[in-house]
Amino acid sequence: MNLTLKVWRQKNATDHGRIETYEARSIPAEASFLEMLDIVNERLIEGGGEPIHFDHDCREGICGMCSLTINGVPHSKERGITTCQVHMRKFRDGDTIWIEPFRARAFPVVRDLVVDRTAFDRIVAAGGFISVRTGSAQDANALPVPKDDADASFAAAACIGCGACVAACKNASAMLFVGAKAAHLNLLPQGKPEQDKRVLAMVRQMDAEGFGGCTNQYECEAVCPKEISADVIAKLNRDYTAAAVKEAVC
Amino acid sequence: MASNGSPLHSAVPSGPLADKWTKHKNESKLINPANKRKYSVIVVGSGLAGGSAAATLSELGYQVKCFCYQDSPRRAHSIAAQGGINAAKNYQNDGDSVYRLFYDTIKGGDFRAREANVYRLAEVSANIIDQCVAQGVPFAREYGGLLDNRSFGGAQVSRTFYAAGQTGQQLLIGCYQALSKEIARGGVKMYSRTEMLDLVLVDGHAKGIIVRDLVTGEISRHAADCVILATGGYGNVFYLSTNAMGCNVMAAFRAHKRGAYFANPCYTQIHPTCIPVSGDYQSKLTLMSESLRNDGRVWAPKKKEDAEAIRTGRKIAADIAEDDRDYFLERKYPSFGNLAPRDVSSRSAKEACDEGRGVAPTGLGVYLDFRDAIQRLGRNTIEARYGNLFQMYEKIAGTDPYTSPMMIYPAVHYTMGGLWVDYNLMSNIPGLHVLGEANFSDHGANRLGASALMQGLADGYFVIPATLPNYLAGQKPGTVKTDDPAFAEAEEAARARIHQLLSVNGKRTVDSFHRELGMLVWDKCGMARNEPGLKEALARIPAIREEFWSNVRVPGEGANLNAELEKAGRVADFIDFAELMCHDALNREESCGGHFREEYQFTEADDDVKSGYTNPGEAKRRDDAFCHVSAWESAGPGNTPILHIEPLAFEAVKLSVRSYK
Amino acid sequence: MNPLGKAILQFCRSTIGRKLIVALTGVLLVLFLLGHVAGNLLVFQGREAMNDYAQFLHTMLHGQGVWIARIGLLIAVGLHIWATVSLVKDNRAARTERYALPATVQASKSSRIMIWSGLTILAFVVFHILHFTVRIDPALANLPDAAYAAAHPGESRHDVYAMVIKGFQNPLVSLFYIVAITLLCSHLSHGIASLFQTLGWRSRKSAALEKQLGWAIAIALWIGFLSIPAAVLTGALKDKPSVSGQKAAIPSDPAAPAPRQG
Repeated sequence: MNLTLKVWRQKNATDHGRIETYEARSIPAEASFLEMLDIVNERLIEGGGEPIHFDHDCREGICGMCSLTINGVPHSKERGITTCQVHMRKFRDGDTIWIEPFRARAFPVVRDLVVDRTAFDRIVAAGGFISVRTGSAQDANALPVPKDDADASFAAAACIGCGACVAACKNASAMLFVGAKAAHLNLLPQGKPEQDKRVLAMVRQMDAEGFGGCTNQYECEAVCPKEISADVIAKLNRDYTAAAVKEAVC
Repeated sequence: MASNGSPLHSAVPSGPLADKWTKHKNESKLINPANKRKYSVIVVGSGLAGGSAAATLSELGYQVKCFCYQDSPRRAHSIAAQGGINAAKNYQNDGDSVYRLFYDTIKGGDFRAREANVYRLAEVSANIIDQCVAQGVPFAREYGGLLDNRSFGGAQVSRTFYAAGQTGQQLLIGCYQALSKEIARGGVKMYSRTEMLDLVLVDGHAKGIIVRDLVTGEISRHAADCVILATGGYGNVFYLSTNAMGCNVMAAFRAHKRGAYFANPCYTQIHPTCIPVSGDYQSKLTLMSESLRNDGRVWAPKKKEDAEAIRTGRKIAADIAEDDRDYFLERKYPSFGNLAPRDVSSRSAKEACDEGRGVAPTGLGVYLDFRDAIQRLGRNTIEARYGNLFQMYEKIAGTDPYTSPMMIYPAVHYTMGGLWVDYNLMSNIPGLHVLGEANFSDHGANRLGASALMQGLADGYFVIPATLPNYLAGQKPGTVKTDDPAFAEAEEAARARIHQLLSVNGKRTVDSFHRELGMLVWDKCGMARNEPGLKEALARIPAIREEFWSNVRVPGEGANLNAELEKAGRVADFIDFAELMCHDALNREESCGGHFREEYQFTEADDDVKSGYTNPGEAKRRDDAFCHVSAWESAGPGNTPILHIEPLAFEAVKLSVRSYK
Repeated sequence: MNPLGKAILQFCRSTIGRKLIVALTGVLLVLFLLGHVAGNLLVFQGREAMNDYAQFLHTMLHGQGVWIARIGLLIAVGLHIWATVSLVKDNRAARTERYALPATVQASKSSRIMIWSGLTILAFVVFHILHFTVRIDPALANLPDAAYAAAHPGESRHDVYAMVIKGFQNPLVSLFYIVAITLLCSHLSHGIASLFQTLGWRSRKSAALEKQLGWAIAIALWIGFLSIPAAVLTGALKDKPSVSGQKAAIPSDPAAPAPRQG
């Protein structure tokens, strides 16, 4: 199939980027989206140009590294998948495809379609963990966890930290990411002792990183490759408020 | 097999197998808490092994620097492991024990692993589960609130802990969170998007590394009192594998070039259930969980004509009559059937395709059919068991596995070989420690399912914290600084290499070389190997190397994010590494686990075949000549490496022929 | 600053804290609107019912009730606007470079124009207060309730009933009213469902119900409020002279308007 690509090109973080147009000729319909870019890049290099840079690693939808906004939608309009799982058979011959980086002030562009998502790492470092020294744990079955809680915790823990939620949100809010991490840990009895400290620290770090606020439009939920429910945001609102009240009065 | 180098000392403690680890810990050196903070440790890699080591060593008080090439330590490829993690908890009361986990692992590895290491692995496995649960890893649970287990290939007990099909992810996130906690506390300084270019030796000890900041291109020196490599496997030498695109052998191979021995590089694991290759543009292979073989039946048409008709689209699977189908695993291994181990299943699929009975358009693919299971159990049951996997298959392959059978083909998945380490996980270079898939120690010639996660975490959480002081206690902390001439020399070499890669300015892309190399080693050193093929590969690799260094095209500059430059450096090392792998495969004149030499297989003339114990065509070990670890010392590119041998002494188990009939 | 004050300030500065303020003030404003529409609908009961209700509002708690309500509403509106405007500013700043090809997957239109519907409603509320409460239009200011005066010699009250009808007979006023109430309906369709999320009560199971509740309240208010101008403009509601006749009314001094009872 033949396609027209409108791709964001930006030399480095300080460069002013722009959209450039590429013709992608005879692309096999069985190729994945990233393989299509591989083909385009190989031709660019052979023609003396510089390849389009994009983040990718596992190419099986789990590492969270790939991060393209395809026709305005992070990871494309197909539900429940990452960019690396998008296949060209979902496009039609002659289509024009817009490829842009994940856009957010907290995700500065590094080069072309590559963005810096270390803000997420700093949010986790602020409190997205359970403090347990290696070797100090009791027997794993000493503390039963109701299956429903374990399952709900798992559903939130499925987050791969790709940042599509931020990229899709009209406000570039990180609430789904933070909510998922907080819910994963707060739902488990092991996570309870640090719950208040955790949510206060993570939300404050999130705000400090320059993410926007949630306006309950659920674009995040719609593009999340792991289909994490915006329920985790409701829980975060509740847990944060409770923690803030406790902090104020206790 | 005689070696041309000196024998290796494995530092395995004496005494009964079950007491070795306790004895070793009791006899290990200690560093008092006030002194620990004076020691600095470099950890390269942030997967399960590196991440858990960095976090734990920081908790203990060491100053840790951790490096990864990904944009975040959370993305290391440990994340992609699906199935589960083994632990000898015996929560199911089904007779499991440390000994049984040890024995299954040794047998699964075709008796080519070091007994004491494997026993220790089984011993600490239970602690790993405790640690992970305390960290908040959401393992699957039963209605009573206790942990659930499932069974996995190569075991007769249920000892596998899992979190749906994302066990690796959940364990890695747990480990990443522990690491994040230490980063926030200041115990670990994290360097993401940073690649190790070289190892620095000072007076023969590993005392630092040279790295490149992948964003700015800046090359810098880092000194420490010791270096830990946890940089994963080398599966991407085959170009197509289930590894992540960035997985590479660079760090381990750089260390090898600096003198570290590379052990058993020919041991590679081929996973039987991957989605077949669909075209030249293909960049990676996708694994479908092994669990599918619980209900799916593997088959190929009996007649070549039928296979030909399917390949060209004139027939579909449903057109093939029951009598014309060859359920080859069930036929060859009646008692294990479709659940035969990975190496055995993979080779059977290859045989069917080599006979011209493959069904994928490329000829390389066999069916994994759920028709009978759907008839027997109903579509709903199958959907509940495998729904997400079926969906994943449909997304990638574009066909619906409920109505037409899946196509599968084996793919490179894991590499058992790695840098040689002793019982302390220290390589032959003092101060250089190697953990996880990057070392060779625990899986022998074939790894069992759900054991990779176990090994990574065992090494990082429990082994290295106990064994590292055995080296460090003999070192005066902070004596080596980055102004040492050894750093200048290594940095200069790294710069020169990058400059060279950028200045070839040839015509071919890096990927084209990688594909060529991958195809060659897959062909000659893949699922089945033979002497002429390996010799041919060894003859062709130098030509690839030569053309690479004279005709590769690496656009852009060094002082910026430059993906092609990164790939070029990695592929250059894969070329040299491929040579080493073929040398090892040629040298090992036996078949064991993932290493299948066509010359060494059971035939009708063998007693074990006559007695019905095994089949003709099965891998035939030669314990008399090859019951040892082959550790290779680099002699420079193009030169035959020097072989060092570590004999494998089996005190607790009796060597036997693996049979899955 | 003392620790309590510091904690409160920190909470109010956080995005979640400000959203909570929006939600809680939103609850108050929705409750007010429900009360307001219920009172307004008394217009269909006739002049006496309407004007009695207006008088009740002005005399409850010895006349302080209305001021308590007004001050409360003013604070709620003020906080609601401060929090939303500051959040919108932060939200805009969170994406400096916009998408060349923007797309929306499931965000409702209403949710995307909240700030514009909100500001239009604010403008309307200002006008509405000047129009019916302050009564800057002398034609609406000088409307004594003649029937009441006749029945209660020596007392007077404003004829709210007549004012409403007269007010809506102006097509421009009605048009603005219709536009504003329609935007209010849009605003609430998203706002009410959002309350549950911000207060932490939404779940996958309850989400649909909460969304429907939002729409139900929004539409009920829309019908309730717009039924009055509709009735006036179609002539269904007319300012017929009261039984006692207007002649008996005591002329009021335009310079000193009668007690404001609207």
